[in-house]
Parts: sequence; structure tokens; C-alpha cells
Amino acid sequence: MNAKTLSAENRTKTILSVVLSIICVIYVLPVLAVVINSFKLNTYVKTNTFDLPTGEMWAGTSNFVKGMTFGNYPFLKSVWYSVVITIASTALILLFTSMAAWYIARVNSKFCKAVYFLCVFSMVVPFQMVMFTLSKTADKLHLNTPWTIPIVYLGFGAGLAIFMFVGFVKSIPLEIEEAASIDGCGPIRTYFSVVFPMLRPTMISVGILEIMWVWNDYLLPVLVLDINKYRTLPIHIQYLKGSYGTVDLGATMALILLSIIPVIVFYLSCQKYIIKGVAAGAVKG
Amino acid sequence: MESKKRSPIARFFKNPLRRWCWLFMGPVLAAFAIGFVWPFFQGIYLSFCKFRLIRDAKFTGLSNYTAVFADESFRHSFWYTALFAVVSLVLINVLAFTVAYLLTQGLKGSNVFRTVFFMPNLIGGIVLGYIWSMIFDGILSKYNTSILLETKYGFWGLIILMCWQQIGYMMIIYIAGLQAVPEDMLEAAKIDGATKWQTLFKVTIPNVMPSITICTFLGLTNGFKLFDQNLALTAGQPFIIQADGTVIKTTEMLALNIYNTFYGSSSTSPGVAQAKAVIFFILVAGLGLAQLAFTRKREVQN
Repeated sequence: MNAKTLSAENRTKTILSVVLSIICVIYVLPVLAVVINSFKLNTYVKTNTFDLPTGEMWAGTSNFVKGMTFGNYPFLKSVWYSVVITIASTALILLFTSMAAWYIARVNSKFCKAVYFLCVFSMVVPFQMVMFTLSKTADKLHLNTPWTIPIVYLGFGAGLAIFMFVGFVKSIPLEIEEAASIDGCGPIRTYFSVVFPMLRPTMISVGILEIMWVWNDYLLPVLVLDINKYRTLPIHIQYLKGSYGTVDLGATMALILLSIIPVIVFYLSCQKYIIKGVAAGAVKG
Repeated sequence: MESKKRSPIARFFKNPLRRWCWLFMGPVLAAFAIGFVWPFFQGIYLSFCKFRLIRDAKFTGLSNYTAVFADESFRHSFWYTALFAVVSLVLINVLAFTVAYLLTQGLKGSNVFRTVFFMPNLIGGIVLGYIWSMIFDGILSKYNTSILLETKYGFWGLIILMCWQQIGYMMIIYIAGLQAVPEDMLEAAKIDGATKWQTLFKVTIPNVMPSITICTFLGLTNGFKLFDQNLALTAGQPFIIQADGTVIKTTEMLALNIYNTFYGSSSTSPGVAQAKAVIFFILVAGLGLAQLAFTRKREVQN
């Protein structure tokens, strides 16, 4: 390759970098719009959406103060319930589906194959298919509180997790477990001190996928929980609209900003794992 | 019961592990029964019933299904959803592939670009809907209109929102696919004098077919199942009130139509809504599987 084509190639690369940089800036703009409007007085949000909150538009922290009790429900309470539900559901899913997946992969009986097939099948069933009967069943069994809803999440979300764990367990050589068994470990000990630590990479991938799903999920909790008592973040934000005649957009943006800050911090600190988890979860097709 | 064909793995663990079946399988099976199996089959049964409360459900055969096919709002939302799914599928995949292709060419700052493009994916659908409704109304209010006033604004608004959210996700899958294309194949194409475009279409794309399969499958099913973003952005507005008093919500997609039939203020029969849900399930599962079969055939074996 001669010098001329090389420099031409460098030029295209530079141009492409510039174009992508511009697209990147455009990509961040919506989030930036949330930031500037959360400091803007409500009346200006609609008319001067893209102006900086200067002069008379500046609202200081009043939107945030108002947001704390906005919508007849304390904001921090919905944050608390979102955290409880997300952590409990993810922990429950990771523990029990990995146990079941190990059993399915190692015993591999007809019964196991049937359960595995059912799990794969459940992944193509849209939530609308079961939402009515599921919420009635959950009500009847008193699973309608933040402390019991993780069981519903375990049930509806088991499919993908088991699918991913079974795939990984099958790739682990059996010799390690044999050695543990010869050394006198029973199945429980073998699982918890030998298999469980080896599952770490898949645990992280499944954990990330479940956290992203449960944290952002709106429909399942709104149908299962008693929303006068318990609201998660997405429910809270959706119900801001119904609580007043007109929405206070400034306060809404303040709450949206507060709710995406932890997500962005989480993303930037675990980016490597998140991207890997998403790529691993996508193979379900 | 046990056949001789069982793997040595299973025979080895046969006795000790099987005794603990209840512990390893029990919790998941119980939750799975509550969270999926029972609701699924009860749902199918109830779609053939007329009821207000589940305990006095009466079997009425196919009457719910005939009511669904006579429901104009359902037909409207079906075509609207189909159009949306196809347009978003094509746009998102083409753009995501382009971005992924550029980011695997060794450009400076590729990692930063990747980070930024993926970021919207972590924001939930409801929040996304409100962010974009503020932005669209901020623009449209300059022309004295709103996203809630015209169907075409609602449609393209949702397309833009979904592109913003999904391009980064699909891009990650495409990048993984592109990085797996064998280097020597690209090298061979170069030596044989193939142009960049020839290499892209004859070598690269056939080799990333598995990624294309996954992304088009996800794009299609996500498009059909879309709910949160639809609810938060327009919630079906603008509405058209017909001569007979029925309301067509022009930007209402299938999932939202089913939800409104169950829980909306004018909801009369959950049986009809459940029948819609069964049709929806068959549609999504059928389309997904048909699409998989279609693109799988085009994957090359290495």
C-alpha cells in the first residue's frame, strides 16, 4: 500500500471520528435536557425547553424539594421499594435458578428435559399473555408486597436464567465435581463450595440482566403490588401524571434526574460486565 | 425407567444428587408454577369463558374470539403495531450495524463512542417516554402543536425514541459478531483484490449472519411487545371518536390495547381481553419462530 492511499485512509478515519463525535453529542442531549429542565421553573419547561435555566427561569433546588412529596407519595419510599425488590429478586433468581440449572445439566433425566423445555418456552411468551391471571394468583397467595413479589419475579424470570446457567454448567468439566465427591463432599457441599464459585462469570451476566429488568419493570409491579401502599420508581413516575390536573414538568424532570443518576453511576462503574452480560443474554435467540 | 443410554455424568451422580431433587428443583418449580405455568394455562382457559370474577367463569366457546375480530380498535392497533415493528426493525438494525462496523475499524475513541451509544439502554421505558415527550413537546410547541395531537408525530416520535434506546444494544451484539469474523478471510479478500464494499457484502455480512438473526429476532419481538414507551409517550393519543361511539386510540399498540381492554375505564369483559392476549402470544411466538427459521437458513457454517 503506498503513502497516498494510506493518508487518504487516515483522512476518512478522521472524518468518521468527527462524525461519530457529533452523533455522540446528539446522543447525550436528551439526558442534558433533563438536567437543565430539572432546575427550571415549571412554566418555562414547555416554552423554553432547550434554553439554559438562567435569570427568571432558574428554580434552584425547588423542583427537587417539591419532588420529594410530589404525586401524593414520598419519592424516597419508592426508591426504597425499588431497591428492595431489585436486590431480593436478583438474589433469589441467582441462587435458585443456578441450583436448578446444575441439577438439570447433571442429572439430565426426562423430567429435567421437560423442565428445561418449559423454561425455553416461557421466554417467548409475552407478559400480556399471563398478566391478568398472574396478578390474580399473586393476590390470592398474598405475594402482593415488596417482600414477597421476588417470588413472582423468580417464577416469571426463571426461563432466561436457567437457560444461561445450563449452557454454562455443561461447559464445566465434570472431573472437578468428581474429585470433590471422592473427597467426601455430598451434593450440597459440592454445589456450594465447588460449583457455585465456578459459576461466577455467568452469575454476573445473569445478575446484570435481572437487575436491569427488575429495576425498570413497570407492568408487573403495578399489577401485582397494592399501589396505594407500595410504589416502585417507574410506577411513581407514571402516576405523577394522574395525581394533578396538569403535570408539574419541572418537578417531574427533577425526579427523573434523581432516578437515572444511580443507573448511570452503576453503568459507568460496571460497564465491562454490563456489556458482556448483555452480549451473553442476547444468545437466547 | 432409567435407560442404559444415560450419560456417565448422570450415572455418577444418580444416587447422591437425585435424593436432593426437592432442594435443587423445588423452589424454582414452585415459583415457576405460580409465576408462569398456572397463569398461562388458566389464561388459555379463561379466553374461552365469559366472566367478571374468575370464580364464576362460564365456558362460552369461541365467542370471545369472534368479539376480538369484530373489535375495530384491535384491528387498528394490530396494523399500527405491524407497521411500527417493521419500520423500527429495519431502521434500528441498519443503523446499529453501521455504527458497529465503524467502531470495529480501529477509529480513535471507539470505546467512548460505545459507552455513550449503549447508555440509553439502561434507562427504563417509562422514564424514557417522559424524557422524550418533554423534548418533542418542546420542539412542537414552537409550531403550536403537540405530540398528542397528530398520529404521525406519535408514530415517528416513538420510532426516534426506540432508535435512541435500542441502537446501542444491537450495536453490542453486532460488534461481537464482527470481531468473530476470521481475520484471514478478510485478508484473503484483500489479496484477491476485492473492494471494501465487495468485502463487506460477500465476506463480512455472511459471516455475521448469526448476529443478524439474533438482532432481527429481538427487533421484531421487541417491536411487537412494546408497552412502557408507548404508554408513557402518547398513551394512544390522539383519539378518534367514531359515529357509533366507540373510540379508536390511533397510536395504541397491541400490548397497550390488551392492557386497556383488561383495565381501561370502558372495560366490560376480561374474557375478551384474555382472548386478545392469547392471539397476541400466538402472533409474537409465531413471528419470532418464523423469523428465526428464515434467517437461520442464511447462516454460513464455518
